[in-house]
Amino acid sequence: MATKTREVVLDPLFNNNPIALQVLGICSALAVTTKMETALVMAVAVTAVTAFSNAAVSAIRNYIPASIRIIVQLTIIASLVIVTDQILRAYLYDVSKQLSVFVGLIITNCIVMGRAEAFAMQNPVRISFLDGVGNGLGYGLILIVVAFVRELFGSGKIYGVTVLTPVTEGGWYIPNGLMVLAPAAFFLIGCFIWAVRSWKTEQVEEEFHVGALLEPGHEGHIR
Amino acid sequence: MEHYLSLATKAIFVENMALAFFLGMCSFLAVSKKVETALGLGVAVTLVLAVTTPLNQLLTESLLKPGSLAWAGLPDLDLSFLSFLTLIGTIAAAVQIVEMTLDRYAPALYNALGVFLPLIAVNCAILGTSLFMVERDYDFAEATVFGLGSGIGWAIAIVALAAVREKLKYSNVPEPLRGLGVTFIVVGLMSVGFMAFSGIQL
Repeated sequence: MATKTREVVLDPLFNNNPIALQVLGICSALAVTTKMETALVMAVAVTAVTAFSNAAVSAIRNYIPASIRIIVQLTIIASLVIVTDQILRAYLYDVSKQLSVFVGLIITNCIVMGRAEAFAMQNPVRISFLDGVGNGLGYGLILIVVAFVRELFGSGKIYGVTVLTPVTEGGWYIPNGLMVLAPAAFFLIGCFIWAVRSWKTEQVEEEFHVGALLEPGHEGHIR
Repeated sequence: MEHYLSLATKAIFVENMALAFFLGMCSFLAVSKKVETALGLGVAVTLVLAVTTPLNQLLTESLLKPGSLAWAGLPDLDLSFLSFLTLIGTIAAAVQIVEMTLDRYAPALYNALGVFLPLIAVNCAILGTSLFMVERDYDFAEATVFGLGSGIGWAIAIVALAAVREKLKYSNVPEPLRGLGVTFIVVGLMSVGFMAFSGIQL
């Protein structure tokens, strides 16, 4: 049991990373990676929502009629996101202002829905909760790596502390303006995937596999 | 009129949902292998956005805003914390209605879009547009223009990406970069291209 628990939590970090391999949940989050602070808060928020929604869906999985399960899952997730949003506004008002609409977009984050549908519907509560934690962490890992690079090279800071003093403040570092703009996030994720797949070569794909989700007969097929 | 034109240009090019805000990325990457299917999804997203954004604007304005229930004798009520639930509910219902309407009145289009329509309910671009609309406090006409503009912008982006990827099939990409990795790099380059529009004011 102990090994299985470890597997469920650690597997999504590298072997089965939700972003790099499953291509889920990139939607809402890349815009928050210009600074580490926002990325960290976002990662914690997503982990909490995924874990608790997995636990909740798993707890009532035997009572949800198959035909309305999507709407039930959506309602659970949306309620949890409302709670998260209210907590952020109460205790971390500045960060929640910077995150603006992206907290709300956790609702449509494919990771949350995807794990509820693919894991929590078939597994007991405790292990589903841990699966949610693991996937949230796998997602948070990429978010924080991307944010680290973008903040360091974009503004010469790590978590708000100046490391490379920019020229404008009398230092020597010329900030790379591209890093704080949207394209840099795409390039960095592309390179991250490249790095992970050079290391774990079994993840290399000949054919792009996500399209399979759309073909009828696939078990994850969304109706 | 100029105001709306400017808003539309901004929504389509400057603040492109996919390339500037990373919204709708899941289907953006998954359904951009062929131009034809990409165009189908683009049309479906535009259609749904054009319906849901104004609808959500009406609901927010008349039910959720602080004081908007004054007519019912509840002037102090502030239901804005319910907005996430309302927005996603409206979107899910609207997608269902659009699907049924198309099935009844435009079966050709329905068959072409078929499998993509249900997916749209969980497309971040749809919810994102509604959330931006609430945050920026657009009125009804502005919300309609903004919804339509965002949809067109998203459609342009996905069709362009699909066209690039069709050509990309013939190139010899390093193995670990194949598939997803190189797609991200291409999207990054497209995003650089779209940044040329920033600062444009009509």
